[in-house]
Amino acid sequence: MSDTKITLEDVRKVARLSRLALDEAALAQMRGELSKILGHVASLNALDVSNVEPTYHAVPMNAPLRADVVQASLPRDEVFASAPKTEAGGFAVPKVMDGEG
Amino acid sequence: MATTYEPVIGLEVHAQLFSKTKMFCGCSISFGAPPNTQVCPVCLALPGALPVPNARAIELAVRAALALGCTVNERSVFARKNYFYPDLSKGYQISQFDLPLNTGGKLVIDTPSGPREVGITRIHVEEDAAKNLHGVGHGTDTLVDFNRAGTALIEIVGEPDLRNADEAEAYLKKLREVLMFVGVNDGNLEEGSFRCDANVSIRPVGQEKFGTRCELKNINSFRFVRKAIEYEITRQEAVLSAGGTITQETRTYSDGLGKTIPMRTKEDAHDYRYFPDPDLPPLVITRAFIEKLRVTAPELAEQKRTRWQKELGVTLYDATVLTGHPKIADYFEEAAAALAGKDASPEARAAAGKKVANFVQSEVLRTVTTRGLEAEFAVSAEYVAELLRLVEGGSISGKMAKDVFAEMITTGRSASKIIEQKGLSQVTDTSVIEAAVAEVLAANASQVEKYKAGKTSVVGFFVGQIMRATKGAANPQLVNDILKKMLDAQ
Amino acid sequence: MTSQALCALSGIEIQKKVASGDVSAVEVTNAFLERITHQDRKLHAFLYVDAEGALAQAATVDRARKAGETLGPLAGVPVALKDNLCTRGVPTTCASKILAGYVPPYDADAVERLRRAGAIAVGKTNMDEFAMGSSNENSAFGPVKNPWDETRAPGGSSGGSAAATASSMASFALGSDTGGSVRQPGAFCGVTALKPTYGRVSRFGLIAFASSLDQIGPFARSVREAARVLSVIAGHDARDATSTTTAVDDYEAECGKEVRGLRVGVVADALGAGVDAEVVKATRAAVAKLAELGCEIVDVSLPHATHALAAYYLIAPAEASSNLARFDGMRYGLRKTGDDLTATYGTTRAEGFGPEVRRRIMLGTYALSAGYYDAFYVKAQKVRTLIRRDYDAAFKKCDVVLTPTSPTTAFKLGEKTSDPLAMYMADIFTLPPSLAGLPAVSIPGGYSADGLPIGLQLTGRAFDEKTLVRVSDAYERASGWLSRRPSEIV
Ligand SMILES: [Mg+2]
Ligand SMILES: [Zn+2]
Repeated sequence: MSDTKITLEDVRKVARLSRLALDEAALAQMRGELSKILGHVASLNALDVSNVEPTYHAVPMNAPLRADVVQASLPRDEVFASAPKTEAGGFAVPKVMDGEG
Repeated sequence: MATTYEPVIGLEVHAQLFSKTKMFCGCSISFGAPPNTQVCPVCLALPGALPVPNARAIELAVRAALALGCTVNERSVFARKNYFYPDLSKGYQISQFDLPLNTGGKLVIDTPSGPREVGITRIHVEEDAAKNLHGVGHGTDTLVDFNRAGTALIEIVGEPDLRNADEAEAYLKKLREVLMFVGVNDGNLEEGSFRCDANVSIRPVGQEKFGTRCELKNINSFRFVRKAIEYEITRQEAVLSAGGTITQETRTYSDGLGKTIPMRTKEDAHDYRYFPDPDLPPLVITRAFIEKLRVTAPELAEQKRTRWQKELGVTLYDATVLTGHPKIADYFEEAAAALAGKDASPEARAAAGKKVANFVQSEVLRTVTTRGLEAEFAVSAEYVAELLRLVEGGSISGKMAKDVFAEMITTGRSASKIIEQKGLSQVTDTSVIEAAVAEVLAANASQVEKYKAGKTSVVGFFVGQIMRATKGAANPQLVNDILKKMLDAQ
Repeated sequence: MTSQALCALSGIEIQKKVASGDVSAVEVTNAFLERITHQDRKLHAFLYVDAEGALAQAATVDRARKAGETLGPLAGVPVALKDNLCTRGVPTTCASKILAGYVPPYDADAVERLRRAGAIAVGKTNMDEFAMGSSNENSAFGPVKNPWDETRAPGGSSGGSAAATASSMASFALGSDTGGSVRQPGAFCGVTALKPTYGRVSRFGLIAFASSLDQIGPFARSVREAARVLSVIAGHDARDATSTTTAVDDYEAECGKEVRGLRVGVVADALGAGVDAEVVKATRAAVAKLAELGCEIVDVSLPHATHALAAYYLIAPAEASSNLARFDGMRYGLRKTGDDLTATYGTTRAEGFGPEVRRRIMLGTYALSAGYYDAFYVKAQKVRTLIRRDYDAAFKKCDVVLTPTSPTTAFKLGEKTSDPLAMYMADIFTLPPSLAGLPAVSIPGGYSADGLPIGLQLTGRAFDEKTLVRVSDAYERASGWLSRRPSEIV
């Protein structure tokens, strides 16, 4: 990752994956900032971690399991209290196309 | 010479786990509730809400895995699959990725050339998405209902071992049967609790390497699976035969058009950025827990069919009909055991099984309604066994049994109650009496000769013999009439 | 008592007076609400003041006292809550435009516990948007000012909670700490700020930034108050799968104890280049003070701590990129409708999130994306293992590790906003305990020549908050810093 030179194309792709509509100027600025941070992060290359297990959870534990008992759901007015748009008991969203998203 | 192609098919099945609540929250999953009434901060992905896994769902997933011969991993990891879609509230699906709950199983299917083993790569647990409703609102908006969001699923990833649409269909039916018999899934394709995606490619016969595959999404009936795969094979053959190449893509089957069509996808649509879910520590289950589920595993339909043929005197055909639903299978076994009674000999058990199998198929099945894993029977297995016992004892004929059964359905009473109340306990069945009369006459030829010679007093002797033969149950008037008629006919 | 005198009391004294009926909770609440009105015009520590809710809660406390009920340990004590803690019926925005006006339908677990203990939630405090920042300048609603010098940053991201506590607009406050967001503003504002062990306080209802690092922690003007608050908010919560079942200690009971014989580990590297001379000097003086109190001072080293910044700036943004995917304008919050679904997502999120949040989402998405995951994300998690091992080794030689909290005192507003990396350096001492999941506390450890507070950070073994409280309290008593308060804002 040391020679990670993030290209404008990379930035564009990441913006698309992140669902952030950035204009060309914003993409270019982002590229500069990310390059700088990634440059610093590249310092990790100095470490040999090939035989080290990753720590995904800092405090080791196992997943607790929940009993299969029905709990009260939210009242409908609270479900929709902060919704931008609703219709016929559903959250109204811009038309969904197959495979879009 | 034209190349002949061999299709290669692998199926991915998403099956809802038959729990009461969702995978990571306590919302009910009962079907048919008004939209967005079975939702909470967790499944709506409100800010700050956190997932907690459902113990029952994990148990069911392990049961399914054991039935399919998988290795259950004592340690597995929940991972986030990241993508944006309005039916995905969190912007990621909690699934499993490189450390799934179960790995490496198999399913044996029947093919015209004999049984065939189909590999199962893995079975992992994950959560379902919400439902997008199109064309419901006034405008062009899609309406989203989160009642289904977060429902516990297993994804069963099959090896690409299938070679035609028949095999694919057989695999799905068998898989559905297994999941239903272990009580894991209700097998309901219409309600979407058992869904299938198919990966289809073709390659020249004899070639090792797989061809480019297309993924067929959301095929929601067995008929569509067959049609979609058949269409797709033909399409790919036409493309290759014309010198073209297959584009790797996701397609969907349109029943209206009778063909598969590409789904709209964007260039970089799939980079799911899987990573272990930091909200969920590793899922650790003990060997003891797995072993407990192994020893309490219910008998599968396949095993029942084999055993019944051996022990309960039924044909493969009968057994197949009677394993059409787990509750029907249970019903059959209960009635057969009740009819045979305790400590019955193997022969008696087989005889009872045969009788029950016939009666259930001819009479009972018409009156059964199934809904998911539940079935409703108009008459209990216990009552059916009693009815058949009465036939066996000669109280009523097989023909009368059908009328009595009809009465049992409408009144809910037992066979003996109906027989008693209708005065049927006296044998009024002319065929039964006729048979008894014939037997008595045949056994007493000299008395018959006396009658013929005019000695009518022997009638009393005959009546006595017939009543004894019918254990006193025969209707005396009928006996007199029939005896007279039959003597006169001698 | 005058309003001013009431606000100058400690939370311990307020609780005692409310419980004995010397003063009513309503009087206390009114006094603090009045103080907020005066002080916060300049400081902007609050995003929302819930006068109505606070007075209602205070009235409940007063009624309970009159009814002779035993009052909770925080009865009548005003608390300020960071605006990433969900509060039922009270706006919760994470200082983001994307959540402007959002009202949660439920309380965070920590908030529930505070309410049960009788605390009065006076309002929601300003913060860096989604807790991303070290200066509070990333709030979408304008920065908080440091009560010691209004031209300076209060630190971040819990700057509002730190400033509210330092300026006595609440007796104490809750913040959240991901990489130092409680401790660093605690240091900049001269208050006690404690980040518990990961899992000690439930994250249920805390709007996630980086789930594997986030912990809720208290701000208070004294160690004893912080200890009492920790006892209230700590404890197992079945709604958070990462919540520990480890028993909660009586932290307040550690106050007033001797520290003779306790071993304090000093990291030589933490007093080297890049650290302000005054900070180094104050830290050395604190070491001497602890030695005077009978502590044994030992040298320890954390050889991989230098890599904490790089590891953190991969892990936290990666998790954040996924955690913030739910803010998509579909179910709640801001929606900027575009030409189609994709445009709606993109515009909503680009306009709803500020520059630092966008930057971290981009960085995190990149670190998780295909081809970079192993090199960035997994590698960073391996570095985390190395840092944990460093602490394991250190804690063989000592009971607590002492470092400065921050390499500098509060910097000027605007001083570092143009250089994200320079801003990130503010966290170099707070990051290693965060990555290791360890408890750490920042306490006032002296003042610079221009009167700015200097913070000392003590890090303890997992779940050993007790020892942190014991050492902090002993130092606080010996140092005399407790009496120093920022001058009144007029
Ligand atoms: Mg799946
Ligand atoms: Zn739910």
